[in-house]
Amino acid sequence: MALETIEIQEKLVATFGSAVFQFDQEKDIFSFEVDADKITAVILFLKNDPTLRFHFLTDLCGIHYPDNEEERQFAVVYHLHNWYENKRIKIKSFINGAKPEIKTISNIFLSSNWMERETWDFFGINFIGHPQLKRILNMDEMISHPMRKEFPMEDSGRTDKDDRFFGRTTINS
Amino acid sequence: MSELLLPPEHRYAKIIQERHNEDGSELSILNLGPTHPATHGIFQNILLMDGEKILEAEPTIGYIHRAFEKIAENRPFYQITPLTDRMNYCSSPINNMGWWMTLEKLLGVEVPKRAQYLRVIVMELARITDHLICNSILGVDTGAYTGFLYVFQFREKVYEIYEEICGARLTTNMGRIGGFERDWSPKAFELLNTFLIDFPIAWKEFENLFERNRIFIDRTVNVGAITAEKAMAYGFTGPNLRAAGVDYDVRVAQPYSSYEDFDFIVPVGKSGDTYDRFCVRNAEVWESISIIKQALAKMPEGNEFHADVPEYYLPPKEDVYHNMESLIYHFKIVMGEIPVPVAEIYHPVEGGNGELGFYLVTDGSRTPYRLHFRRPCFIYYQAYPEMIKGALLSDAIVILSSLNVIAGELDA
Amino acid sequence: MSNSNIEMVAPPEGVSGEGFFATKLNDVVGLARANSLWPLPFATSCCGIEFMATMASHYDLARFGSERVSFSPRQADMLMVMGTISKKMAPILRQVYEQMSEPRWVIAVGACACSGGIFDTYSVLQGIDKVIPVDVYVPGCPPRPEQIVDGVMKLQEIVKSESVRRRSSPEYQELLASYNIK
Repeated sequence: MALETIEIQEKLVATFGSAVFQFDQEKDIFSFEVDADKITAVILFLKNDPTLRFHFLTDLCGIHYPDNEEERQFAVVYHLHNWYENKRIKIKSFINGAKPEIKTISNIFLSSNWMERETWDFFGINFIGHPQLKRILNMDEMISHPMRKEFPMEDSGRTDKDDRFFGRTTINS
Repeated sequence: MSELLLPPEHRYAKIIQERHNEDGSELSILNLGPTHPATHGIFQNILLMDGEKILEAEPTIGYIHRAFEKIAENRPFYQITPLTDRMNYCSSPINNMGWWMTLEKLLGVEVPKRAQYLRVIVMELARITDHLICNSILGVDTGAYTGFLYVFQFREKVYEIYEEICGARLTTNMGRIGGFERDWSPKAFELLNTFLIDFPIAWKEFENLFERNRIFIDRTVNVGAITAEKAMAYGFTGPNLRAAGVDYDVRVAQPYSSYEDFDFIVPVGKSGDTYDRFCVRNAEVWESISIIKQALAKMPEGNEFHADVPEYYLPPKEDVYHNMESLIYHFKIVMGEIPVPVAEIYHPVEGGNGELGFYLVTDGSRTPYRLHFRRPCFIYYQAYPEMIKGALLSDAIVILSSLNVIAGELDA
Repeated sequence: MSNSNIEMVAPPEGVSGEGFFATKLNDVVGLARANSLWPLPFATSCCGIEFMATMASHYDLARFGSERVSFSPRQADMLMVMGTISKKMAPILRQVYEQMSEPRWVIAVGACACSGGIFDTYSVLQGIDKVIPVDVYVPGCPPRPEQIVDGVMKLQEIVKSESVRRRSSPEYQELLASYNIK
């Protein structure tokens, strides 16, 4: 018997009520949204529940939505995978744009340690309770967070490529 | 120069001051990397050592951070394949095909069976080359340079096949949405057949050189062992996880590109140590050879090499000059005016090092809104400090090369 | 070995007679240096794999006197920078260059080392000539082993014709000063 998506949905709604919502089957992945302050509880529940058993964190990343209202300007996306039933789910959690922070899950999944550091590095999302939240890929001296949409891709100080000869402008679009 | 040395407020400095060994010896710090010749790539590890024994390690990565994800947000879908090449450059065709399959899932394109089989062949060739590098370099690190020099010429043979298919050797930029950019030439099949005859003989010899070699066994058995539970907690996938005894393989769990048509086993190890990792990779090469042979045998007749999707597949140049419709499609594809559905897609493939995932968010424009790569190396490399704890310095090098950490994939 | 097509290095121009051979010191030193260049591979990414192919059995860089790969910058003559150099890596590259003793040469292998290549992003150094002087540029992404070998041969030409006094000339000091290297 395979794990049905409806079963996941019913269990989550029964336990967390309106904190989990927007259930949707996107192509081959079942996805839903979770309130940011409930994220650790939901993921812990998904991992430890004897029938759900989402024991493997496949991926964790951030997304920046600068055009959304301020409460939903950043999203953290979690991909969980149940290998016993071969079932994948995607959880999205929107957070505030002015003060992006969410609780860490590094105590639930060891592997999320660096993924959260990467997300902090790229987006400046603060993972509360993370044991060592510092930059991982970029230089420590960097102040801004490069994956935010307003950050230009190309280095502003470059001198080797004259835009007049490449038909480019100084702004990336 | 001094800014690269350890600052005095570093926690290791404190540990050294407080720790007093009975024989009066002191702990020391060794800076391994980022350009250490034995590390095959640029990772820095600051090791706290008691004599030859490693007590703790602190890794620093990001020395070739190239901002793939930022570039991807600024490039049309076609221009992202060259980026995927440069991620795990030891097995670039797998990355290419993974990216095309992600787009095909997004656009709902059905790839013809023959093109799928061709893809399987090229992906398995890439897996062979990837494991070949990893295992032969592991030999170099344990003192057997010969094996490396011997099997490396077969990597050249695979490069020749790649060249015949797409024109490039290493960074292949192979394929299009719906299949390949051109049909494989008869020469490609000829080279492939020669490879399938010659390579197994050499690989058998290579295997014999190491498998029961006293020195190799002493250097690798029980070195860098990791339990299955720990490996899963650290997000291991691919050969490194299978060496610990978990038979998770994306090719079996979520077959893509008709992997379900082929009969192959998923080799697993037992103890998750360096020797098991070597053996799992070794066995996977044999499975890959078998898959390629099956694919060649089952190859459907005809010369279909791409799906019939004119709105995504660039028409032949000749048609563009003489045919109005083709010209329109050409223009639309090149200018990025093809409508793309607004969706979020996650597509995993079994890369050389494990589950390589593409998480694509589109907003209907010509570029991805967000593209995140699930890079297996990046995720499992964080277990490295724990794996080398208590090991000797020379073991640390062997463990690193058996993990097959590729810098390009690690740092994105 | 009799049937192999080996070309010996020709002696420099000079005057020879019975029991003596007179030539310029410059030429002799150049000849000796050019045919035993010890490479220091500074391989960071994809081009490093092609360098492995160059060193391995098929292309065999050892034919050009570069058999011994020197992993210590102290004893290397030619620094081969292969792959992307990010801004985080740049100070380390510079430090490696500073450690090398004179005479030293640099080959930038691959588009990334030459100009940043396809990665014109905030994190990538747009060409290593921003931090160290470069003698030979090898284009390609990645260059084929033949191209890398060609780059080494080009460098051999440069080395052969280099004056022994060049490294103490004011022009050279000025060049280093422009990179702020002492």
